[in-house]
Amino acid sequence: MTAVLSISLDVNGERVETRVFPRTNLADFLREQLKLAGTHVGCEHGVCGACTVRVNGEIVRSCLMLAVQADGTSVETIEGLSDSGEISDLQNAFRERNALQCGFCTPAMLMAAQDLLKDEAEPDRARIREHLSGNYCRCTGYQAIVDAVEATARARKGRRP
Amino acid sequence: MSESFTKPQALSELDRPNSYIGKSVPRPNLDRLMQGRGLYVSDMELPRMVHVVFVRSPHAHARIMAIDSSAAKRMPGVVAVVTGRELSVVVTPWVGVLSHLKGLKSAPQHAIAIDRVCWQGEAVAAVLAESRAAAEDAAETVVVEYAELEAVTDMRTALDSATPVIHSSLGDNLAFERVLDAGEVDAAFAASDAIAQAEFVFGRHTGVTLEPRAVVADWNAAEARLTIYQGTQAPHMVQNIAALHLNLDESQVRVVCKDVGGSFGIKVHIYADEMATYALAKMLRRPVKFVADRIESFNTDIHARDHRCKGRIAVKRDGTITAFEIDDLTGIGPYSMYPRTSAIEANQVVNLVGGPYAAKNYRARARVVFQNKNVMCQYRAVGHPIACSVTEGLVDLAAAKIGMDPVEIRRRNLIADDAYPCASPSGLRFELLSHHASLNKLLAMMDYEGLRAEQARLRRNNIHRGIGIASFIEVTNPSAAFYGVGGAKISSQDGVAVRLDAQGAVVCQTSITEQGQGSESLTAQIVGSVLGVSMERVRVILGDTDQTPYGGGTWASRGAGIGGEAALQAAKILRKNILDVAAAILQSSPAELDIANNTIVNISDGTPRIELRELARIVYFRPDTLPPGLQPELMATRHFVPRQYPFAFTNGVQASWLEVDTDTGFVKLLRHWVVEDCGTIINPQLVDEQIRGGVVQGLGAALFEKCIYDERGQLTNANMADYLVPMPCEMPDIDIGHVVSPTAESELGAKGAGEAGTAGAAAAVANAVNDALKPFGAIITEIPLTPQLILTALRRI
Repeated sequence: MTAVLSISLDVNGERVETRVFPRTNLADFLREQLKLAGTHVGCEHGVCGACTVRVNGEIVRSCLMLAVQADGTSVETIEGLSDSGEISDLQNAFRERNALQCGFCTPAMLMAAQDLLKDEAEPDRARIREHLSGNYCRCTGYQAIVDAVEATARARKGRRP
Repeated sequence: MSESFTKPQALSELDRPNSYIGKSVPRPNLDRLMQGRGLYVSDMELPRMVHVVFVRSPHAHARIMAIDSSAAKRMPGVVAVVTGRELSVVVTPWVGVLSHLKGLKSAPQHAIAIDRVCWQGEAVAAVLAESRAAAEDAAETVVVEYAELEAVTDMRTALDSATPVIHSSLGDNLAFERVLDAGEVDAAFAASDAIAQAEFVFGRHTGVTLEPRAVVADWNAAEARLTIYQGTQAPHMVQNIAALHLNLDESQVRVVCKDVGGSFGIKVHIYADEMATYALAKMLRRPVKFVADRIESFNTDIHARDHRCKGRIAVKRDGTITAFEIDDLTGIGPYSMYPRTSAIEANQVVNLVGGPYAAKNYRARARVVFQNKNVMCQYRAVGHPIACSVTEGLVDLAAAKIGMDPVEIRRRNLIADDAYPCASPSGLRFELLSHHASLNKLLAMMDYEGLRAEQARLRRNNIHRGIGIASFIEVTNPSAAFYGVGGAKISSQDGVAVRLDAQGAVVCQTSITEQGQGSESLTAQIVGSVLGVSMERVRVILGDTDQTPYGGGTWASRGAGIGGEAALQAAKILRKNILDVAAAILQSSPAELDIANNTIVNISDGTPRIELRELARIVYFRPDTLPPGLQPELMATRHFVPRQYPFAFTNGVQASWLEVDTDTGFVKLLRHWVVEDCGTIINPQLVDEQIRGGVVQGLGAALFEKCIYDERGQLTNANMADYLVPMPCEMPDIDIGHVVSPTAESELGAKGAGEAGTAGAAAAVANAVNDALKPFGAIITEIPLTPQLILTALRRI
C-alpha cells in the first residue's frame, strides 16, 4: 500500500478528478469510491464477467484493471448505459423474455450483449452463445438470454434503412 | 410451451376475466436489476460499519497451538482481532441434529474454531478493519501455530478401525445410517431373469452463487436489537437461530433480505462465519460486514452430492422390474450443518430411488460419514440427482441386459397414471402423478423414432450420438414433516397479508422470499387476479421479519404452492370485505357486485359502479358517510400449510441428445427436453425458466463441476477458472412441455417446479453418453463425465 495517486477520467460522461491507491482495481473504485454499485464483483479473478464495464468503448473486466490504468479514459457502467437509453430495447427484451432471475450477472451480461450487437447486425445463436461465454449466469441456463439478444438483433436490423 | 391436463379444470376465483393465472406476464421491478440499481447485501454500507475478514485454516485437520495477532492489531485501520475463544463469550456453539433422523450425531461447532480446525477454510480468527483491504492486509500478519493432525478424507475408509475418529466424543465417524427393507427383495432377485448392478459415483460440487454469501449485522446497543441484512432464503429461520445463540429474544432480532445474487440452497443454512459476524456486531457495538470472496465461497459454501452408491436391479424377461437395492455412502465434512443437518440428502436418496416405478421390493442402506473436508448440505434438488441417476442408470442397464428399448422398459414399469393415490416402497405418498402422459409427450416432442434413425445413420459415419431418458419425481411443498417434526424451528407454513390502501393500490406482505424465481410476480399475479386489480397496482413486500407474516421462505420448491395459496386465500377475504363495503356504498348486495379492472362492477353486465380508488377514499377519509355499524376491514391475512400430504410430489421426464467425440472424449450437448408436471401453472414463462436454469445446473454436474480434494484434504480447484461451471457456448437449447395435475390439497393446485430440472438432467446425460458408447461396450456410471473418464472407458488412455 503506497501513496495515493491522482487520476482524471470520464465516468458515464461526467468528469471525475480523484485520488486512488495504486492497488485499487477499477471495479472497487467504481463501487466503493464512486458508489456505482451496478458493476458487480463475482470472482475477482477475471472469470465470471460480472464486473464487465466499457473503457474507451471496449468491454473489460474491471476486476482485472487498476483504477490508475483508467486515468485519462472514458468509462461507461451499466448506470450510464441505462440512463443514455442506449440499451433500452435490449433491457425490454430481457424483461419480456425473463432473461434474468437474481439479476447479479445482468448488468454485465447486458454490457457484453450490447458489445456484440454494436459490431454484428445479425449474430446467430451460436455466435451469441460464444460471445457471452465470458459471462456466467447461474440462474437462467442462458437460453432466455440468447433469445433476448437474438430478438433485439432482429428488431434493430428491421429498424435499419 | 405446451400443456396437457390430466383432469378437467374446475373454474375458480382464478379464472375470472383478466386473470393473470397461466399468463406469462413479465416480473415486476426488473428495471432495478437491469439498470444496476438493485441493493444486494454486498452493496450495503452503514455508518460506522467495519469489515470482517477471517483468517482461515490452511490445514484440513490441525490443533491450534497459538494465535499471535499483535502485529495485526497495530496495522492501520484495524479495529479488532478476535479469536474463537474470545467470541465464544458472545455466541454459543451448536449441534446440527434433528430428532426425526434417528441416530444422527454431530459435534458442537463454534462460530470460530477454538482448539482445533477440522477442514481447510475453517475460520480461526476474525480481523475487523475500516476497509476490506485493510482487514485483508492485517489478516496476513496474524500468525497461527498449528500442529497438523491426520486428515480423514476418503469416505470409503472413514469407518475403518485404522482411521482416526474426528470427534472422539462421538465414538466413530458415522454420522447417520438408515436402513430400509420393503417387500421381498431376496426372493425377487432370486426369481428374476436378469440382474444388473453398478457403482454410481457422484462428484462433490457446490452452488457457485454469483454473488457470494454476504451479511451486514448491525447491533443497536440502545435498542438492544440486532438487524441482520443477509441474502437468505429463510429470514425467520435466521432470526430464530441468531437469537438462540446470541442469548436474545427473537423480538430482538430483525432479518432483512434485499436482492440476493443467487441462492440454490447455498443460502438456506446458517454458516459459522455468518454467526461470527452477528456476534462481532454485538461485541463491537457497531455494524459489521462480511462478504465471502470466491476462494472462501469454494472452501466454505456448502458442498453437495459426493455419493458413492452401489445399486442392483432385478428384471424379468418381459421387462418387469421386480426389485431395487442400493448401498449409498456419502461424506459430509466434519460437522452436520446447522440447522437443517447433513443427513437429509442421503435420507432423500433412500426415499427416492425407484420412485417413479411400480416395483414393490426395495432394500436400501445409506451411511453418512464425517471427514476433514468442507461441510456438505442441501443444495438444489437435494438427493434427487443421485436417486434419479442411480434409478435411471439401473433401468437402462436392465434394459440392455434383456435387449429391450429404454423407452419400452419404462412404459412397462412406470406407475400407471390411473393408479393414484398410491405409495412407494419407502413410504412416500403420491397424490396424483402423470408418468405415462409425460413420457408420451416427451417422445412426441423429441421425435424419438426419428432420432433413433438419425443415430443409426450417423453411426455409419463414425459419429456417435446418444439418447438418454430419465423419469423422476420431485419433493415439493414440504409440510412440517421435513424439519418441524425433527425439532427444527423452521416454519413450513407461510402467510400473506394483503390490504387495499387509501389510493386504491394493493400492498401485499408475504413470508416467502425472492431470489429471482418470481415469488414477487406470482404473488402479484394471484392477488391481482382475485381482486380484479391490475398487477401494476399490487406492491409485494418480502424478506423482512419486521414487515411480513411469519413463515418459511423460499426453498424446497415451496414458494408458489404454499405462499401462493396463502396469497389466494388472503386475497379472497379482502375481496369479500371490499364487496361488503361496496354493497353498502352502492346500496346493492355483495352477490350482485364484482371487481374488474380496478373498479367495482355489476356482476350481471359488467357496468362500472365505483372505482376502488373512490371506495378507498370513502373508507379511509369519509367513514362518517358509511352506514352505522359497518367497520370496513381492508386488510386480510391468511396462512397455509399442507396437512394431508407430507409432500406434494411432482413428476417429469427428461431426455438428452448428445454427441461423444471418441477421439477427444468431449461431449457436445445437442438438445435437451423436459416434460414436467407441477400442477397449476401460475406463470408459464417463470416455470419454464426455473426448469431451464435447474437443468443447466444438472448439466454442470453431469459434465464439469467437481470440487477436487487431494488426499490431505486440500481443495485444489477453489477458483472459477479451475472449477468449471456451464458457459453459454456449451449449453443446448432446452424444450419444455407440461402435463398439469393440480394438487387437490389447495385451491390453487400449484406444486413446486424449482428443482425438477436439476433432478433429472445428469441422469439423462449419463444415459445418453452410455447410449452413444454402446458400440464400444463402454459403460460409465460416474459424473462429471470428463474427457478423461470417457477416454479411459474407451481404453484410449
